[in-house]
Parts: sequence; structure tokens; C-alpha cells
Amino acid sequence: MYAFDIERPATIADAIAAMKGEDAQALGGGQTLIPTLKQRLAMPSKLVSLSGIEEMRGICREDEGRICIGASTTHTEVAAGVEGYAALASLAANIGDPAVRNRGTIGGSLANNDPSACYPAAALGSGATVVTDRREIAADDFFDGLFGTALEEDEIIIEVRFPVPEKAGYIKFEQPASRFALVGVFVAKFADGVRVAVTGASEEGVFRWSEAEAVLSSNFAADALDGVALPGSGMISDLHGSGDYRAHLVGVLTRRAVSAA
Amino acid sequence: MPADGGIGASTKRREDVRFLSGTGRYTDDIKLHGEAHAAFARSDVAHGRIVSIDTSLAESMPGVLAVFTGEDFVDVGGNPAGWLIHSRDGEPMKEPKRPVLAHGKVRHVGDAYAAVVAERLEQARDAVEAIEVEIEEVSAVVDMSNAVAGEDLVHDEIGTNVCFDWGWIEDNRAATDAAISAAPHVTTLNLVNNRLVANPMEPRASIADYDAGTGDYTLYTTSQNPHVSRLLICAFVLGVPENKLKVIAPDVGGGFGSKIYHYGEEALVLTAAKKLGRPVRWTCTRSEAFMADAQGRDHVTKIELACEKDGTFIAFRTETNANVGAYLSNFSTVTPTFLHGTLMAGNYAVPNVYVNVKAVFTNTAPVDAYRGAGRPEATYSLERVIDMAARELGIDPIEIRRKNFVKPDQFPFASAAGLEYDTGDYDALMDKLEALADRSGFEARAEASKASGKLRGFGVNSYIEACGIAPSNLVGILGSRVGLYDAATVRVNATGSLSVMVGAHSHGQGHETAFPQVVSEMLGIDPTSIEIVHGDTSKIPFGMGTYGSRSLAVCGSAVVRATEKIIDKAKKIAAHMLEVSDTDIEFKDGQFSVSGTDKSVAFGDVAFKAYVPHGYPVESLEPGLEETAFYDPANFTYPAGAYACEIELDPETGKVTIERFAAVDDFGNVINPMIVDGQVHGGIAQGIGQALLEGCVYDENGQLLSGSYMDYAMPRADDLPFYSVDHSCQTPCTHNPLGVKGCGEAGAIGSPPTVVNAVIDALQRAGHDITHIDMPLSPSRVWSAMQG
Amino acid sequence: MSQVTMTVNGKAASGEIEGRTLLVDFLRETLNLTGTHVGCDTSQCGACVVHVNGKAIKACTMFAAEAEGAEVKTIEGMANADGSLGTIQQAFQDHHGLQCGFCTPGMVMSAAALLQDNPKPSEAEIRDYLEGNLCRCTGYHNIIKAILAASGQDADAIAAE
Repeated sequence: MYAFDIERPATIADAIAAMKGEDAQALGGGQTLIPTLKQRLAMPSKLVSLSGIEEMRGICREDEGRICIGASTTHTEVAAGVEGYAALASLAANIGDPAVRNRGTIGGSLANNDPSACYPAAALGSGATVVTDRREIAADDFFDGLFGTALEEDEIIIEVRFPVPEKAGYIKFEQPASRFALVGVFVAKFADGVRVAVTGASEEGVFRWSEAEAVLSSNFAADALDGVALPGSGMISDLHGSGDYRAHLVGVLTRRAVSAA
Repeated sequence: MPADGGIGASTKRREDVRFLSGTGRYTDDIKLHGEAHAAFARSDVAHGRIVSIDTSLAESMPGVLAVFTGEDFVDVGGNPAGWLIHSRDGEPMKEPKRPVLAHGKVRHVGDAYAAVVAERLEQARDAVEAIEVEIEEVSAVVDMSNAVAGEDLVHDEIGTNVCFDWGWIEDNRAATDAAISAAPHVTTLNLVNNRLVANPMEPRASIADYDAGTGDYTLYTTSQNPHVSRLLICAFVLGVPENKLKVIAPDVGGGFGSKIYHYGEEALVLTAAKKLGRPVRWTCTRSEAFMADAQGRDHVTKIELACEKDGTFIAFRTETNANVGAYLSNFSTVTPTFLHGTLMAGNYAVPNVYVNVKAVFTNTAPVDAYRGAGRPEATYSLERVIDMAARELGIDPIEIRRKNFVKPDQFPFASAAGLEYDTGDYDALMDKLEALADRSGFEARAEASKASGKLRGFGVNSYIEACGIAPSNLVGILGSRVGLYDAATVRVNATGSLSVMVGAHSHGQGHETAFPQVVSEMLGIDPTSIEIVHGDTSKIPFGMGTYGSRSLAVCGSAVVRATEKIIDKAKKIAAHMLEVSDTDIEFKDGQFSVSGTDKSVAFGDVAFKAYVPHGYPVESLEPGLEETAFYDPANFTYPAGAYACEIELDPETGKVTIERFAAVDDFGNVINPMIVDGQVHGGIAQGIGQALLEGCVYDENGQLLSGSYMDYAMPRADDLPFYSVDHSCQTPCTHNPLGVKGCGEAGAIGSPPTVVNAVIDALQRAGHDITHIDMPLSPSRVWSAMQG
Repeated sequence: MSQVTMTVNGKAASGEIEGRTLLVDFLRETLNLTGTHVGCDTSQCGACVVHVNGKAIKACTMFAAEAEGAEVKTIEGMANADGSLGTIQQAFQDHHGLQCGFCTPGMVMSAAALLQDNPKPSEAEIRDYLEGNLCRCTGYHNIIKAILAASGQDADAIAAE
């Protein structure tokens, strides 16, 4: 790792101030950032650790019924603490491994937007809102390709708000080595329609599968997807699977997610 | 014999206490006063000419003590191959020099061309980035068939990418060809034995120290065989006298072959320690290990099996391209030849075998022995083509094997591939397997799988391996540049405790527990009074180390021989103490007694007398009680087994899960059944890993695609089942004193074809016309095969 | 450089660190607690698992600075007060749940965290929980048995099923 300073603010206000410096980088749980630093693929001058900010941790319900999760809440805490949204809790319970879940945070995962991460599928599939230190960003506007987001350089995610669907399911097919999603599909049925978010598959990162959303919105059943398929083009093709295979898995997992919902 | 702790007891391992309490002492745990840190500059291209290296900026950086490049090592020797192979035309193999640091060219991603030593590790890494290097990239040689065609050369000076073109047994070639031409049925299979990375959980590490006063070097290093490392460093690379280099391999966190070899990093830290007059350490990161450790397997093979319509085998013939990577690692030339070709008759009384192996240089990391080393490749080829032939001929896969097994009354059996199998009973192993695997219950389980939308398959195979390497005279004829004996010293201390210095090195195998069981059994003394000393060339007479499932069969035999010498001498001392002739002394249960009398002395009293020789016949008998034996085996040992597994396959995703796994092995006599079971478990896991998960992949430019655990799939706890293992079928080895065979590699040899056979079985049962899928049988590969 | 203070295995511990100093390096280099190992650099192998404030974490993927004021427990703190092996450690020896020993500290710490949350885990739950702990020697068979035994279950019977 290159040398850097590390700051541990105790409040959001202090964190915002700390992020003003040049080349400052927010540090969530560090489960992706620290391995990246070890490979010398990033050269921040300062890390601003968000793990000590109590007001960024915890889970609550707001007046509109949305589940609000502080950005520094760990995957373990989400798995154990989210009530009334089993698909979200179970998604968090299956990210990485137990030790990673004890450090990794929802804010860190969303800000990183790894194309194979689970949380982007949950946020996009739920139509969540990402609350930052300066604004609210709809999930539909938040994710921007591989590792890209709408966040500005010094912008910090404070909280994520999840509308709770009537039914939802998330199925992940693991890449055999990393255990990230080779493909993961999050399906959520709301009163006004169904959202289907796919991670791991596309060269553009997490995306909504609109064709599946359309058929599921009129009939929320696995066999409603018969004849609905994605092309392999535009899908990630690597040593773990071709684009065609990933496209096929999207179909299989969407059916399974609907059945599990 | 001691009720608990002798031969055959599942004695708990004494070494576990330190490993479980965090007091194990691995190389990276050792801290020397004043040590500096080394870091390496490694090529990020697979093949390139080094145009220039400018180290001046790096040298000026904070904390930097020295920078080395290939230029600094042009006058020292290369890291040699330990075995000279001759091609079919009699020509010796091509042996390009393997330098400490790349010079002139870089030849694989991760090839080290410079090194920095600095006060602190991050300073060394910072300075590595400041080395200004110009490398002119040239076309990488990656695919072996392109390499053989030879348009681009990994080593320009040898004019070819083919290291050797070996035939075994060349005199059998014509007869084998004729037999195949005339055969009523020939099954042909083209297959890939996938490249693997050994991945011991402890990455390599080395610390060198140099004493300017005495001129003595000490090297702490992660080695399976510290004497071999010393030999290579002293006799071939640095030219240091052996009595000036002490190599210590302390606790070592697994090896699986990859820590047999001497690596350039060891020579670098030794050189730097002398130059700087202070200790220099280096610990490999896992990412470096994926580039710089010797890798395993990587054969592309065409195998043909000729047989009668009734399944009687007539001949096996193979053509293999074996990847040796960019440089010849120490065992790289014997692995695809004598450790592979000689096993190509399997457990079978087949009359004709011919094996052709081309060893091929490519711009990839060196390839060498990895758990099983050549024998898994042979077993996989044989047992896959046999399964395919059985299917083509409509014969049950177990029956076709039984039909061709060497029968118990045929031992010793001269195989068509040139080995003499000493003992075995392959039908007994298969009988046991059918019961253990509950083959008769398979159909019901297959129905249950079907009901849940899954396909189920049953796979079975046999294996034989040759291990406990090896008779020095024989291997000398075959091209080995070393002997393959081992050595042990049994030192009885004055107070009756024992120190046993062994040439084998324990890095998971439990020698500290198992060797005392042998000595305890022989001497009738408490095993806890016996201490095993290993891993330090200054304390141990000599040793060839631990690999090739040889520790017990070879080094254990040396322990037996040395202990026998102890008993012989102790009898003489006891005879003197009891005032009788030594021919009248009987030794049993730790007591020396006079035949036919109640007069006796205990072992401890004899030991004390040896060191306090008062009233002792010093003119005819030396004081002291310490004996050394070198043991050179008369033959290999031949473990054999029968393995079965059941898999379930999700036809929608292609994912395969192992539902049941049974392994029946014949290891001859067993010293510690608990340890043997553990060795088999670990081997099976690595074999399942090869079959389903693991694959080291380079792209067409020689870039490593599987460079970390993010892309190289290691078997995890939830990938694997409980295994049913059995080693009750025992045909003891006839030529070593313990009657033991090797058990370390068996699981990794026997299991890959079992798994693949089971997957093919599942697909065939479901009506898919799929006869073969190359490993690893990842979900995407299986699914793709199912799409036709 | 700055100062960090934490409690390690019940004792106060402090030392100088850089921002980039990992918790595992602080434990190994500054405190000489070398039982915690480093087997990879991508947070996958789990040889470095320790407990921070009662939770299993990978000490190679946490900065020492972030452990300021924390309660840290390592393999060196797992023995009984009299120095004998603790229940889980003893079960690993009894069931031959280790060979080379390198992954073992992380395995034991993960097992301890599991049993803290789930005192009688099933075989499948154990295998799932060990997703982040790689062992290359044992094939996991005897590790699973050791953890079953440490939780008071009949490991031999479960393994034979």
C-alpha cells in the first residue's frame, strides 16, 4: 500500500469536513477497498473511516413505511436487523463470508458498485433511495456502469431507504472462486408493478430487465417468463462463463426468484 | 508393544498443540535482529526483451539499501533440472539456463528481473515501482501446439520450444502400433489435464543471514527438503561450500510439491545478506505466488485404448504435450516422463503400452510436480478412456476393470510400462468399494434426484501409483542427477530420552507423531520420550526430503535401520552389564534379558551406561548410543485403490455437487490410521478441486487470468462432502522393513477421473450424447456441453 | 505515525502505527502475536481471522487504527486459564482437524464465532460458515467433525450418515 493518513470522524459533519481534502477517500468496511490498496491500485492521500459514526449505523422504519439503513450498517447487522423484508435480509446474510459481513457495509458496497455485488441488485430492484450528505438519489439514477455511481468525489452516502414490496426474492448463482454473483437476480413485486434487477451479468453493471418486469407485472409467476430471454451479447464473458451462459442464468434465476418470493 | 502410541495406533498429534495455540513457528514468524526487506520487480508481460533497466532512481529512494538485476547474477550458475531426459532419438533434453533474476529476456508474467532491498517492506515496494525498465514485448508462446510449431521461441538459444520428445518404452512402439491397428475395437480420447496451482496456505518465505566473522550463511526457508535446497544452492547456483550454508525449514504450512524446489528468491536473499552484512527477508504475497510458484499438471493428451469386443485390453497408446512453462524447474522433466509414462498400464494386465511425451516450453510460469506428479495425469487418461470404452462396448464400468486387473497370483508383476508391482489385490479393493459406496442403492437415489429435477451419476475407477521414490541405482540409469535414499540418526540420550533426526520434512504429515510410534514399537519405550528433529541441515545427517509419498517408506525405513543398529549396540552393552555373551541377550518390551533366566536390564539403564561408561569395555566397544542409517529403497511402493462418487447435476445451471464419495486404498501396513485418513481426505479434496473447480488460465498473450482467489477456485468447506475412506485391504510392501506404501498423493491421483466419470454418467443417463468434458467441470462448461 | 491502544487477549496493548498499518501487522509485528497468519491478499483465505469486539473479522482487511479502543482476541487467547487447550482447540486435536496448521488459527477463531451465535450448528451450517476459511490439507472433513464435536454433537455418527 502507498502511505496515507487515516481519520476516524465521530459525526457526519466531521466526515464531510474530512472529505474536503484532496484525494480523500471514504472508507466503509474496507472489504473491497483494502485489497485494492494492497494491489497499489489506488493512491488516496487520506482515508476517512466511516465506521465510527454512530449516526450512520442502524435500521429503522420511516413514516412512509420504508426501511432506512444507515450507510455504515454492516451486512451482519442488516441480516439480523431488517424486519418485514426477508429478501433483503437474506441477501445481506449471503454476501461474502461471515468475517466479511462483520465489516462490510451497505454504503461501502453501493458506493463501490462492483458489477458482481449483491446490494446494487437489492437497491435497484427495490427502487431504493440513496441519501447522501447533500441530496437524495433514486437507485434508477445512482448506478452508472462498472464501479461507477452518481456520487461526486467527496460525496458520502448517509443512508439507504428501501420501499418494502409485497413480495420479493433474490437468487444468487455464485462465481465458483470469488463467490460474488456470477449472476444475481432480485425480483420485487409492488402494488404498481414488478421490478427485476440483475447483477453480475452485464458489461454495463447492474440493470433492470424490463421485458421480465412487464410480463411479471401482469402475471407474477415463474412460468409467465416462458419465452422471455435475454441475448448473450452485452453480457460479461470470462473464464467463469460466456455471455450466453450468463444470459441463460438470468432467466433461470429470475424464475427461481419469483418462485422464492 | 505400548498399548497406545505404537504402530497401528491413532495417536493424537503432538505437534497440534503448538499449531492450535498460535505458537507454531513458520518462516515469516521468525524475526532476526537488523533485518532488511526484499521486494521483486516482476514482468507484467509474458515475453519480452529487456532493453534497459535503470535503477538509479530506485537506489536513491528512502530506506533503499541495494538494488539487484539479472546483470548481478550472470556469473553464478543456473537453477538446474534434477533429471536428464533423453529424446527418442537419443539426444539429451534442451536445458536453457534458469537465472536467479531474468537477464536479456523476461519469459512469463511474474518473471522477476530485479529486486530491491530496503529498511522496510513498503520502502522496498516503493522502490520497485521506481525502477525504470524498458521491455520490448514480443509474441508470447502460450498454446502448446503453437509452441511445438516453433515460430516464436521462448529460449532463442536452443532453437526450439521442445525440451525433449520422449518415448516409453521406445522398443515397444512398433508392437503397440501393430496391436492397435489389428484390434477389433479402439477407443480414442483427446483430453486436457488442467493446469493447477498448488496453493499451500502458507506462501513461500525466505530469510537469509550471513555471519561475516565465520563466513557462514543461514537460510530459513519454506522447503519440503532443506538438504536438497542446500545442494542446489551450493553445488549449482551460488557455489557456496555446503558446510558454509545452513538451511532451516521450520514449521512449513503445506507444500504439495511447490516447496520442493529451489527458487531464485532464495539465492537473492542470500546474496543480499552477504552484500549488506545483515539479514534479508522476503515473504511472498499470494498474488505473487500465483505468478511465481511452480504450477502443476497441464498436459494435452490423446489416448487410445485397443481392446477385444469382450473388453479385454490389448494396448494403450498416448501422445502428450506436457507444458514445462518458461524454465525447467527441478522436477519438471521427470514428472511428465518417469512419474507418468511408467504408470500407463494402470492396474491392468495389458500387454502393450507406448507413451510419447513432448515437453514444451511456453511463456507461462514453470510447471513441476504437484501432489501426485505425473501419476494423476496417467490415471486420469487411463480411467477416462476405460470408462468411455466400457460405454461403447456396453460393458459395466466395474466389470471391464475387473476383467483386466492384474490378479493376486500374478505378483510380482512386470507391467507393460516397465515397473515391477510387488503386491496388490485389486479385486478385493473393488469388492470393498462396491459395499462402501452402496452401489446397489444408487438407482433409488437417482430416482430421488430426478424427482427434485436433478440428474445423478455414479462414477468409479481404479488407480495404482508408484511412490516412495526411489531406488538410486535405477533412477540413475533413467537420468536422475541425485540419489533418492533418505537418512536418519537415532540418538539415545544418557537419561534415556531419544532424539531422532530425520531427513524427511513434516509440513502437515504428522512425522513428529508417527515416527516416534515406529521407534516406540521397536524399543518398547514411551513414545513421548522420543523427539523428532527435522528441517535443519545442521542437525540432520542428510535427507532428500518429503515428496512423492516417500517419508515413511524411505525415511521411515532409515529410522527402522538406525533403530536396529541401536538395539544391536545396546545388546552388546547389556551383555557386558549382565556378564554374558551378546548372543544370549533377548530384547523385548524395553528389557534386555538373558535367555532362559530372569536376569535383565532396562533400556534406560543401558543408555545411561553408554554415556557413563564406568566399568565399560572401552577397548572393544565405543561409549555412546547413537546410530545413523541411510536407506535406499529396492523398488517403488505401489499403493492402489478403487474410488467411487455420486454427483448431482442441476440441468438448468450445469452445477455439479458431490453427494457421496468413497475411497478404498491399499497402503500396506499403516502406522497411524488417523493420519492416513487425513492424508486421503486432503488428497480427495484436491482431486475434486481439479475435477470441478480449479484451473490456472492464461490468455493468448500469456496474461494470467486466474491470478488470485477471486478467479482461481479453491475448494471450500461447502464444496465438499464427508468422505467414506477405508484402508483395511492391506497387501504389505514386500521390500521395506515396515511393509508400508505411501499415502500422501493417493487421494489426488484417484479422485479426478471418479468425479468426471460420474458427471458423464449422469449426462448419459439423461440422454445427452456427451462422452467427455475437460476439467474443471465448472457449471458453465457443463451447461455449454449440454447445449450441444 | 500515530499511537493506537486496544485490549488484546485481555491485556492492554499499544504501539506506533501508520495509517496503512493493518491490524494483522500490528498483532504480528508490534505485539509479536504470530499465531494470526496471512495467507492471501484478497480477503479470501481467512488465516487471519480474529475477534474484534466479539465478532470474527479478517485482520488483514482492517486497519489497526480502526481497532482503537477495541477488544481483540486472537488464537493466543483461546487456551484455558491453566494453559491447556480450550474446548474447540482440543476438538481439533482429537479429530485431526489440522495438518500443516497454517489455516488453523483462523479456523479456530471462525469456529468460536460460529458456536457463540449457534451453539449446535448442523453440518451444513458449519460448512456455510467456513466459506471464508480456506484449508488446503484436510479436505475439511475433520475440521467439520471437530466443530461438531466441540458443540457436543456426535461427530462420528453425523459424518457416517
